[in-house]
Amino acid sequence: MKVLLKKWRIAIAALLITGVLGAVFPEAGREALKLLGVNISTIIGILLGLFDVWVPRERIAPHLGEASGIRGIVLAVLLGASSAGPLYVAFPVAEVMLRKGTSLRNIFIFLGSWSSMRLPMVLFEIQSVGPVFALSRFAASLAGILLMGVLLERLLGLEVRQEILERFEK
Amino acid sequence: MTWFLYLATGVLLGVSAAASPEKTKKALKKALNTFVNILPPLTATLLLVSISVALLPEKVIASLIGEESGFFGQILASLIGSLTLLPGFVAFPMAKVLLEHGAGVAQMAVFVSTLMMVGVATAPLEASFFGWKVTLLRNGMAYFWSFGIGYAVWLAVRIWI
Repeated sequence: MKVLLKKWRIAIAALLITGVLGAVFPEAGREALKLLGVNISTIIGILLGLFDVWVPRERIAPHLGEASGIRGIVLAVLLGASSAGPLYVAFPVAEVMLRKGTSLRNIFIFLGSWSSMRLPMVLFEIQSVGPVFALSRFAASLAGILLMGVLLERLLGLEVRQEILERFEK
Repeated sequence: MTWFLYLATGVLLGVSAAASPEKTKKALKKALNTFVNILPPLTATLLLVSISVALLPEKVIASLIGEESGFFGQILASLIGSLTLLPGFVAFPMAKVLLEHGAGVAQMAVFVSTLMMVGVATAPLEASFFGWKVTLLRNGMAYFWSFGIGYAVWLAVRIWI
């Protein structure tokens, strides 16, 4: 009960604020309720769950090494795009992949793709803000992610990779 | 576009259930978990955004993050996006509401991009995995690229809508 209350306290506070404001400005209150009803969509969770269960991340990691070339890049993008959860969940996953042989470039591509190109999320984005907005953002993100992956690898190189790995041996 | 999302989910769910009821059950359990976790912040944010949007005249929203707010609006949107932690679940409906009430396309694209790729709040966590050098470089590049994404989306919407 206490945990439940803690989880919901911000929502309850928001409800109170909205309730008070809605009572003072009934017009705005009605409008707010209308906006709220339209925008709660739940189905996206099912998509995320399915992707999470079916994508064998650990088994793919060794195929993303230094010599993996274009194929490795494509795989890294797909792997990130088929993931679930916010970016900070991706850091431990990326660490495991790094240890299993994924190159630094592909790690950054994976992280970038995870953060802004997740397919279930893009479907949801299309539903919310429309296909032109969603797909152009998707394309521009992809270009940036590839560019950043290559640039970051150039800038950081192998020592940083070694450093990161050593940090986890401790 | 809603029907498409439902259709895609339905088909994938069917295929998954046919291939492995076990895994499908696990996926659905995860989905329920996600939903339960996301519901409180989703309700809170949408309530607050909805009431603010309903109360603020469109002129105010437009002057802050509207098409006419230009670069200032983009900087404002990028700062909010970098500093806050909102899941896409919440961000897209919010962007939709704002777009319908005076916010600019470029500004919203910058907001969404920085929200997803730049994390000030999670930077210490990121650094504990990859070190500060990597963290600063990755976030810095993502921050600047977000303005490019804003421009690209603005251009696309101008051409096709």
